[in-house]
Amino acid sequence: MSATDPTEVPLLVATDHRGTLSGPTAPAAPDLLPRRRARQGLVHSLVANRKALTGMILLALFVVVALLAPLLAPGDPSTITSLGAQPPSAQHLLGTTPKGQDVLALTMWGARSSLLVGFVVGLAATAIGLLVGLSSAYFGGRADNALSLLTNVFLLIPGLPLLVILAAFLPTGMVTVILVLTFTGWAGSARVLRSQALSIRGKDFVAAAIVTGERPAWIMFREILPNMASIVMITLIGSVIFGIGAQAGLEFLGLGDVSVVSWGTNLYWASNDGALMSGTWWAFVPSGAAIAFVAFALALINYGVDEVTNPRLRATRRTTSARRRALRPATHPEVNR
Amino acid sequence: MRFVVRRLGFYLVAFWVSVTLNFLLPRFMPGDPVSRMLSQSQGRMTPEQVDQMRVLFGLDQRPVWQQYLGYWHSVFTGDMGVSISRFPTPVTEVIASQIGWTVLLGGTALLIAVVIGNALGILAAWRRGGVLDSVLPPVLVFVGSFPYFWLAMGALYLFGVTLGWFPLRHAFTAGLTPSGSPVFLSDVAAHLVLPAATIVLVSIGGWMLGMRNTMIATNSEDYIVMAEAKGLRPARIMLRYAARNATLPAVTSFGMAIGFVVGGALLTEVVFAYPGVGYQLLGAVSALDYPLMQGIFLTITAAVLVANFLVDIVYVRLDPRVRVS
Repeated sequence: MSATDPTEVPLLVATDHRGTLSGPTAPAAPDLLPRRRARQGLVHSLVANRKALTGMILLALFVVVALLAPLLAPGDPSTITSLGAQPPSAQHLLGTTPKGQDVLALTMWGARSSLLVGFVVGLAATAIGLLVGLSSAYFGGRADNALSLLTNVFLLIPGLPLLVILAAFLPTGMVTVILVLTFTGWAGSARVLRSQALSIRGKDFVAAAIVTGERPAWIMFREILPNMASIVMITLIGSVIFGIGAQAGLEFLGLGDVSVVSWGTNLYWASNDGALMSGTWWAFVPSGAAIAFVAFALALINYGVDEVTNPRLRATRRTTSARRRALRPATHPEVNR
Repeated sequence: MRFVVRRLGFYLVAFWVSVTLNFLLPRFMPGDPVSRMLSQSQGRMTPEQVDQMRVLFGLDQRPVWQQYLGYWHSVFTGDMGVSISRFPTPVTEVIASQIGWTVLLGGTALLIAVVIGNALGILAAWRRGGVLDSVLPPVLVFVGSFPYFWLAMGALYLFGVTLGWFPLRHAFTAGLTPSGSPVFLSDVAAHLVLPAATIVLVSIGGWMLGMRNTMIATNSEDYIVMAEAKGLRPARIMLRYAARNATLPAVTSFGMAIGFVVGGALLTEVVFAYPGVGYQLLGAVSALDYPLMQGIFLTITAAVLVANFLVDIVYVRLDPRVRVS
């Protein structure tokens, strides 16, 4: 949670600050409403959105557990505390692994590494994607061609095998996992951010800024970027989901640092110790469910951001449903639960 | 035609990047893969093979550009060296014996997911707000939040271990000899059900939502209103007018999804111990079998690029706008 704040706050401040300068030439009528709402604070309107609020509470819960893990489950979680493969009981709420470690402690401690890697990968991949996308859209021409080519090549090279190969050649460790995931994950964000930046690049206020003689970096980061804050946020959340899932996958394959406790390594050990075959389902259910809940929470926040910042989404919905034959009031399709 | 040539150029660049990546990786990594492999092979390697390894990994003191040219030469002649973990089988033979299983598994799963997913998407978009449209998407999104391999483990535990409906591992029962006999084929099919079903389960949501969203856009086009005004049968409008025009983005995603067939089935193959290329790749990684690793990565990349190029050609046939511009 704290990881998203640094990007979010300056962007909104920047909108206010530059908004006065680029105001007169800035967006046409339909854009004004959401902008004014954005000024009241994206966070504020997100809290008002039920989906986003649910997602944020769920995510906050996991972050709190991750931060408080040393208090909630003191000591090294991978120490063997009891008999192996004990089903859930009052002593071990989620049972013990085939080795005899407490599953609840492992799951709580696992949140630390998984969330950390997920957010770092998300931030790094989005930052690279933003840099590539913005310069691609701003400079255009040859730079755009070269950068788009690079992005598309990275999108096309199969990610998972590349991840495996890279992880195999590099020394194992958390830094490697972060580097490898960033290396394979930035291209998707770059493509989305480029196309958004490209449409803003064509607006009059950017042309005005160029005529005023602003530096390219200033135009990219203070003129274009604040106007695509919501899409950056959506990309960021998407990258975090990718980071958490891919880290778990990589570690499940045994390519991470298996001595670190994370949700991925928990699943790796569960599978390695034959938890599946011996029927100790409680050894692999909690970590997987934790990943799913975090991904689901992030997806909820994403839908919330989308709904709050994209009036077009709601507008088209209304016209299409009006045009189609009598329909029940549009319940939002993506996520209701 | 110009479009096809440009795409071909793009795929050539992509191929060049992946070959170069493959060439650079072992040369800039810390440690000496050859000595690690030597200890792994426990003296089974002849001195010539050690020399060949050194050439393959650039430890033979030649200038880098010469090594690079030599590497390209071996890529084009299909000479990927000899596998260490399956000594002394050539890498190409190891891959050839396993790629069939991967294509079988990934291809089956992809086809089923595409057909069912798109059909559901069409129906959901056609009856917006109906049961299908309001219940299925959230469920599929929720299913999609779970890590894929974890769902696969759960399915294996539930249907394989607890209920015992399906076999637990491998592509066919040990002891059977591969042949065209009904016994063998039904055995292969039984082994295929669980892994393929898990892939279908997680990928169907993407197809459905994608189709649904494009179809909602085409549904509001004027020619649909026109077709309705003409009094055409709804089924005809749905399939021949709306769905047909909404298929184009799905064709592009199909090209991307072929990447999942060859490369992304890795996790499936690992969970179900399915003897495909992905399972072998992980085996090669843990056995430090570098030639095999590189060979598999190149094969996967080449397959993805070729598949995408073919899809591009199909796309030109389907969408005349690409031909004109």
